[in-house]
Amino acid sequence: MKPPAFDYHAPETLAEAVRVLAETAPHGSVLAGGQSLIPLLNMRLAAPRHVVDITRVPGLDRVGTGTGGVTVGALVRHTDLAADPAAAEAVPLLRQGLRLVAHPVIRNRGTTVGSIAHADPSAEMAAALALLGGEVRVANAAGTRTIAAADLFTGYLETSLERGELITAAFFPAQGPATGSAFAEVARRHGDYAVCGVAALVALDPDLRITGAKAAYLSMGPTPAVLDLTEAVAGLVPAHGPVAPGDSDRYAAAGDLAAARTGPDAAADIHATAEYRTHLARVLTVRALREAGAHAVSRATERAAAGAGRA
Amino acid sequence: MSTRMFGAPVARTEDERLLRGRGAFLDDLGPGALAAAFVRSPHAHARVVGIDAEDALDVDGLVAVYTHDDLSGPMAEPLPMLIPHPGIIDGRTPYALAKEYVHHVGAAVAMVVATDRYTAEDVAERIRVDYEVLDPVVGIEAAARADVVLHPGMADNVAAHHVQEVGDAPAAIDAAPNVLDLELDIERSACTPIEGRGVRARWDPADARLRVYSSTQTATGVRAAVAAKLGLGLGQVEVVVPDVGGGFGVKIVHPWPEELMVPWAARLLGREITWTEDRREHFVSAAHERAQRQRIRVGFDDSGRLLGLDVAILHDNGAYLPYGVIVPIVTSTQLLGPYKPGAYRVVFTSLYTSTVIVTPYRGAGRPQGVFAMERTMDAIADHLGLDRADVRAANFIRPDEMPYDQGLLFQDGRPLIYDSGDYPAALAAIKKLVDWDGFAAYRERALAEGRRVGIGLACYVEGTGPGPYEGGHVQVETDGTVRVATGLTSQGQGHETVLAQIVADELGIAMSDIVVTTGDTRRMGYSVGTFASRGAVTSGSAVALAARSVREKALRIAGEALEADPADLEIVHGRVRVKGAPATGMDIGTVAVLSNPLRYAFDDASRAATQFAGPADYDRAPVDPDDSPGLESAEYHSPLRCTFAAGMHAAVVETDPETAEIRILRYCVVHDCGRLVNPMIVEGQVHGGVAQGVAGALYERMAYDGSGQLLNASFMDFLIPYSSEVPAVAIDHLETPSPLNPLGVKGAGEAGVIPGSAVLAAAVEDAEGFPITAMPISPSDLFDLRRRFAAGEIAPLRRRAPRVPAQQQPGQERR
Repeated sequence: MKPPAFDYHAPETLAEAVRVLAETAPHGSVLAGGQSLIPLLNMRLAAPRHVVDITRVPGLDRVGTGTGGVTVGALVRHTDLAADPAAAEAVPLLRQGLRLVAHPVIRNRGTTVGSIAHADPSAEMAAALALLGGEVRVANAAGTRTIAAADLFTGYLETSLERGELITAAFFPAQGPATGSAFAEVARRHGDYAVCGVAALVALDPDLRITGAKAAYLSMGPTPAVLDLTEAVAGLVPAHGPVAPGDSDRYAAAGDLAAARTGPDAAADIHATAEYRTHLARVLTVRALREAGAHAVSRATERAAAGAGRA
Repeated sequence: MSTRMFGAPVARTEDERLLRGRGAFLDDLGPGALAAAFVRSPHAHARVVGIDAEDALDVDGLVAVYTHDDLSGPMAEPLPMLIPHPGIIDGRTPYALAKEYVHHVGAAVAMVVATDRYTAEDVAERIRVDYEVLDPVVGIEAAARADVVLHPGMADNVAAHHVQEVGDAPAAIDAAPNVLDLELDIERSACTPIEGRGVRARWDPADARLRVYSSTQTATGVRAAVAAKLGLGLGQVEVVVPDVGGGFGVKIVHPWPEELMVPWAARLLGREITWTEDRREHFVSAAHERAQRQRIRVGFDDSGRLLGLDVAILHDNGAYLPYGVIVPIVTSTQLLGPYKPGAYRVVFTSLYTSTVIVTPYRGAGRPQGVFAMERTMDAIADHLGLDRADVRAANFIRPDEMPYDQGLLFQDGRPLIYDSGDYPAALAAIKKLVDWDGFAAYRERALAEGRRVGIGLACYVEGTGPGPYEGGHVQVETDGTVRVATGLTSQGQGHETVLAQIVADELGIAMSDIVVTTGDTRRMGYSVGTFASRGAVTSGSAVALAARSVREKALRIAGEALEADPADLEIVHGRVRVKGAPATGMDIGTVAVLSNPLRYAFDDASRAATQFAGPADYDRAPVDPDDSPGLESAEYHSPLRCTFAAGMHAAVVETDPETAEIRILRYCVVHDCGRLVNPMIVEGQVHGGVAQGVAGALYERMAYDGSGQLLNASFMDFLIPYSSEVPAVAIDHLETPSPLNPLGVKGAGEAGVIPGSAVLAAAVEDAEGFPITAMPISPSDLFDLRRRFAAGEIAPLRRRAPRVPAQQQPGQERR
């Protein structure tokens, strides 16, 4: 199919972009990487009267990493974020998730913020933002505001953005030095939306015991669900390789908890039954927690080693 | 003689053009044409009550809107039943535009012509069609039950019913020491070429001629169909096939509604019109394949030898039957594979459903037949506790039994007689390639690591290269260029390369001096089409015969000019010369000059052939009565019957004990398509076929809901495997020549896809320890089967029931 006619706008400043969006609301759609909007237009599933192409707006294509975390501009492509070493050091979860976002050609064009704004509950970066407790910076005709991830995702492909608003950046808080992360997914084909995916964060104390464990779930409901699993695994010492039988039961309990909490929202589609999705939530929770735990140990011990080297 | 091209892995000459974006596909034929779009039914089954275009009339750029009411004469009649068959009880075909009823989502109801496609789509959206929605018929069960009958005037949904028998299968089974029953299921998949269908037409009023471009697998078929429907003489219609971005069977169907409507409207409007199918249209208005339900009863002795085989097939043919019953006939006959079935009875019932039509897709019914037979072989082996390869070997037709008559009638209406083949050698080769005998030890090692692996094997025989015929035209130009034409079309197979290889050898010409044309009725008016792995067999043989004829004439003419016996001449590097005295000779282009006695000279070359140019024999006419001017020849190859290629695939898979993901660890192919014209091209065909086999086994399905809506009509949800899902393929070739054609070749185009579902079902079954009876299988499906198996609803395989690591239960750890 071919898209129906629309007016094309190419603002050259943020102020102009916001003005055009305000003027055309609610009939304007933002175009950045085009990996979601263009197929919707081509299949006539979306028919906005105005398309506002923000790719000429200066200043939105930067990745900024500070001690607090990583700020990703609205025009940063997935590929460029994944290639950023400072971002990967501060928030390893980004690179872990980005390699699962579709394919290189899509990552070359698609923007991380665009994916978040699209609010697909199968999207890795939306889940990462939710898991890390990040936020988005929003520009509108009146100025700017900030929306916490927990308040952003309101439903399937729905956000709390007001008409005429534009997300200018997403902020991902830094993972602590003893906090590891992991993404575990099952997708039908490499790069497909996950049938079920789990992003996990595990924090350790100086004795390398788990003090915090959280997981975010992809494709398990209308928005990326975040669960605190600390209670199930607190005090365990993560390790690479086999775990002690006692520890196994604890991880399994975390998986059971995840299945119990996410299962009721799991839906069937042509690729999977709700039961299978729930089963995967259980299995992948264990895998993600263990991998994130091992990652946390690596980060903590590398840091300790680096500190020892300096001393 | 120079290096032989036949048999050499020559790089494809068309790739330079295609890979650099210099191909010209239908949508590349340039601007200047109006665009067509079609209003399609959103309902699976409905009566069209009214069509109202009022809201569309003010759209800028609208040229015309047509409905069935605008058609008359043959155009208003149903489309042809292309391949009649005595088994067809009530053969329904669609109208070019829906007349009163629509029978599937996507059926064309109205045609819009506008200045461009965007406008045409805008118009199509504004046309209001009132439907009286009727109950759909979705799936084989519903079709067989016939609570809803799809076509008016029918008592049920049975389009065709056909029985073939050799011996008394029920009696042989009843008398057998061992009997098994199987019920099997295969879902829909589809050809899914990267380029969909497309048609462009131009009427020339001065010449009263129609030029049609179509992305088709048969130029002559489209020509004849368009001429008949439009009431034109065959000579008034030219069909030219541009580069085609894949066909895999769907484009052998003709004429499509769009293939008639576009030329019809072009003539009516006196304007060039083009239509390029989009992806969603292709999913809902082209063709699918594969869906069958099979019931098998088999009797066998204690060594696993078949004594009787009784197969009943329910075949879903979709809304109409334009291509007849080719697919279920192929299933019924090719099911036998390399085996002697003992007594055999096969019954198929072909059913109408309110879904897209079913026509041949690469493999064309064979994947389902092979699935039936190979699942049966595995079941026999498991029942008897025998090695699966040994059971197959016990049933093979031996090489010394060739030619072997299976006693059935094949899809071309001719006897199912295998011409040649060496199945024991192929089995030995595949066992070696996949290390069949070493797998037990590998499985033990894998189990120790907590990994679940399985191995499968599947064999097939493929009737290829059916007639009625193809032609080859070979013409030597005066500059030495050799023009080769054949009527069938190309959609990526490498015909330009392969046909040039054949002519190069036959004629002694460099491949770079050979230009090949396919699928152009201006160059070759007699042809059938590209299907059933027949290009190399039929067109390859025809151009070889034509090249031989040209060579004979070249030697005769050069012999006269050189005063030498033609038997003493040879052609090397485009030069006719005396054997042993290479300095004495002439370029083949000069021979072409001499072959055409001239009155008028246009250049230096033609001067040599004029009437005062040299001595003449006044007692002979310039052209002998039994000769003709020009160094060219057209020859036809019409095979007695199909030639039967064969092969065996083996696969090793790993199934994740927790997530039920299925990974192919190793995929091996032993392939025998007779003499290899170009091993690189054959391997490419095998790779592509395996990819589609894996697709049909593990990924692709047409997800129709209960109302007949196709839920996954896009590449996001119809899962064609990426390169990341397709395994590396290890290939070993055998070459058992065919005695039925001058080249000894057999077809190779479809082979790779045929045993895919069979071999992967066998491997997954072997890994899991319980029978797999339905394909494709997804991780979600496998998870469901595991739960049913754990609940005791599925019996374990006999051979390895206790050996599978226990299903992970909640609370268990993987490592």
